Amino acid sequence: MSTLKIPVGPEDHVQGDEHAEFTLVEYGDYECPHCGYAYPVVKRLQRHLGKRLRFVFRNFPLSQIHPHAESAAETAEFAAAHGKFWEMHDLLFQNQSRLSLRLFEELSGDLGLSKAELLEALNRKDYEARVRADFAGGVRSGVNGTPTFFINGQRHNGSFEYQDLLAAFEAVPR
Amino acid sequence: MASILTPGTRAPEFSLPVTPGKKLALSELRGKPVILAFYPADWSPVCGDQMALYNEILPEFQKFGAELLGISVDGVWCHEAFAKDRNLHFPLLADFEPKGAVARAYNAYRPGDGISERALFVIDKNGVITWSYCSPIAVNPGADGILDALEQLPKQE
Repeated sequence: MSTLKIPVGPEDHVQGDEHAEFTLVEYGDYECPHCGYAYPVVKRLQRHLGKRLRFVFRNFPLSQIHPHAESAAETAEFAAAHGKFWEMHDLLFQNQSRLSLRLFEELSGDLGLSKAELLEALNRKDYEARVRADFAGGVRSGVNGTPTFFINGQRHNGSFEYQDLLAAFEAVPR
Repeated sequence: MASILTPGTRAPEFSLPVTPGKKLALSELRGKPVILAFYPADWSPVCGDQMALYNEILPEFQKFGAELLGISVDGVWCHEAFAKDRNLHFPLLADFEPKGAVARAYNAYRPGDGISERALFVIDKNGVITWSYCSPIAVNPGADGILDALEQLPKQE
């Protein structure tokens, strides 16, 4: 049984309270269509479970099959450095069908971030190490594709349809 | 159902096609650790399927000097198209004729289905299996077990 080896910490992108009953960690790729499918599912779970749920997103770009996944992840990390991770995370998934450098610039502009700084950060690979660290930690935890979810530290092997994820939360021992 | 070969067993030798013109024998890789990953079939319809995942993780395996070999009953031309489509950077072996013979030698064949199990083997530099794992056929096992097993190997000089 694969378990989360890297505990949720201060480096993570987190929505919700650390004392929440459930913690959902997603390893995801902004260009992966299955992650795109799971995006509104997670939103719905967050609405339904409210304060009972803490959500954490970690990068797992499959860059050999998704040419924009790495730069999308680094764009999200760039936004995070300016306090706008979740805003960028939402915009990337909402615009998944047209990921490109031009889009990353446009979205940065929409969030009031400097396009020039974004390009510099991508060129210098400022956030590459951060993304790699997420990836390597995911590998050690048994991430086996994208998206991979961990519910309270246990890998969720079932589907990521809303009802199945909700059932998995309900099945967590209390 | 017989279980797959276990640690301590000498890894059965094989020589299988890797491309339409080239064969690879396990013994050619003696001297370095080998990861042998049996999987049911090319073209499973998910992103980041098992082989695509291992392709991304290849640098982590290479830190241990290990060679990764994917192996299924698909033929060489099928493997070639699959490897090209997924941009794979490691060899895929065709256990095609006689069908599944190598999978059978590792007790990792499913006769009723005509495919191999999702079975993983880590073989040390002397050709002995040090770790093996058979995942439920529908569950991609990930790579954490492989990395743990590679870590357990004695350090290369």
